[in-house]
Amino acid sequence: MEVDLIEIGIGNIGSVKRCLDNLGIDFRTVDANNQPDGSRPLILPGVGQFGAVMKALKQNDLDSCLRNLILQGTPYLGICIGLQVLFESSEESKETPGLGLIKGEVVRFQNGKVPQIGWNLVRSKVGQNTERQYAYFVNSFYALPALSSVVSYTANYFGEFCAAIESQNITAVQFHPEKSAEFGMKFLKGWASSVN
Amino acid sequence: MLISDLCKRIIPCLDVANGRTVKGVKFQSLRDIGDPVEQAVIYQEQGADELMFLDILASAEGKQTTVKLVAKIANELSIPFTVGGGISTLADACRLLENGADKISVNTAAVLRPELITEIANTFGSQCCVIAIDARSIGPNQWEVLTHGGRKSAGIDAFAWAKQAVELGAGEVLLTSWDKDGTLSGFDLLLTRHFSTLLSVPVIASGGARGPQCFLDVFDKGAADAALAATIFHDGTWTVRSLKKEIEIKGVPIRAC
Repeated sequence: MEVDLIEIGIGNIGSVKRCLDNLGIDFRTVDANNQPDGSRPLILPGVGQFGAVMKALKQNDLDSCLRNLILQGTPYLGICIGLQVLFESSEESKETPGLGLIKGEVVRFQNGKVPQIGWNLVRSKVGQNTERQYAYFVNSFYALPALSSVVSYTANYFGEFCAAIESQNITAVQFHPEKSAEFGMKFLKGWASSVN
Repeated sequence: MLISDLCKRIIPCLDVANGRTVKGVKFQSLRDIGDPVEQAVIYQEQGADELMFLDILASAEGKQTTVKLVAKIANELSIPFTVGGGISTLADACRLLENGADKISVNTAAVLRPELITEIANTFGSQCCVIAIDARSIGPNQWEVLTHGGRKSAGIDAFAWAKQAVELGAGEVLLTSWDKDGTLSGFDLLLTRHFSTLLSVPVIASGGARGPQCFLDVFDKGAADAALAATIFHDGTWTVRSLKKEIEIKGVPIRAC
């Protein structure tokens, strides 16, 4: 299978590329000058500042392109900031709206050390939690969806937060599957086979 | 009561010189331990939460070898990978990140030129920039910064430096007790607690690990967010898995493996 990996020049996405290679998922990179056409599923990975990422996405209207493709049903996987930009707004950058594809906002952790760095226990809202599953997180902000029905995984960091969402053709994770050992590999494989 | 399930991290460390893993006591008398690529794979399989790679010679001519070795290790890993040793410019950091490091750890070069921290943080984010501090006790609740692999005193207060580094953009502190390094006499709990409770970012305790009780103490009394060890894993006294089991039984949140 082949996917379009969205590269906006922010952060370090080498580990995502290596991970896709190891899983046998072919990818081509797309960006503002070489925009996706919806013929392949999309992945937007990375760690970055909300405003800076939205600004980078606005180059050559890549944001409109993505919004349209996702609305038309192109499968999308957002990782970390790729989850947050789906929302309407973020406390990280109040003056910059997000893509607005999922209703709700992104807020900062109020307790504990920020950023949250490390492995946290994730609980599936849809499947069975037969085993304890841990995912690797690096985030200062998390999403608060208006509709709790889009939440597919939750975790606790001095309070419950949204660890992943699932809504029609959109899958998005706050954690880093590419750094989450077996659980992460299983998650990525599962997504890839579901959109193939 | 607000619940957090965030796990305490156990991080094996590979001190690498000339392409081989080595280990010393108080940063001296190094002995050969093995092949870093093989060890990285083994530690990951044992359930390491993250892996640290420190190029301890960090000579200019060795830099290319290190980059190649980092790429080789990164290719085997599906856990976070931090690389340090001899990183003195943003270009050094870029090269390592491009070759598979997830985080960069800076030490001496950041003491000499603190802006290096901001440069890395602004380019790749704070989560990418670890400030490594080698601290030596000089009195009650007082530690000085050592640089150049523990050989030189920087003449500055270690806690003040940690605070400044965090303000400059460091997202994590790797805190090594020079007094404890390689001694197998337990982590420096006072040092770790002082830093971890007063800093807003995670603190990785390092130096002195011997067995489960040391880890239990450093997570509880030392308030550490993560703990790093080398000797006990290299010597096979403990595997990451056997160590984690002992810690988990005592109720510390640990990623089961």
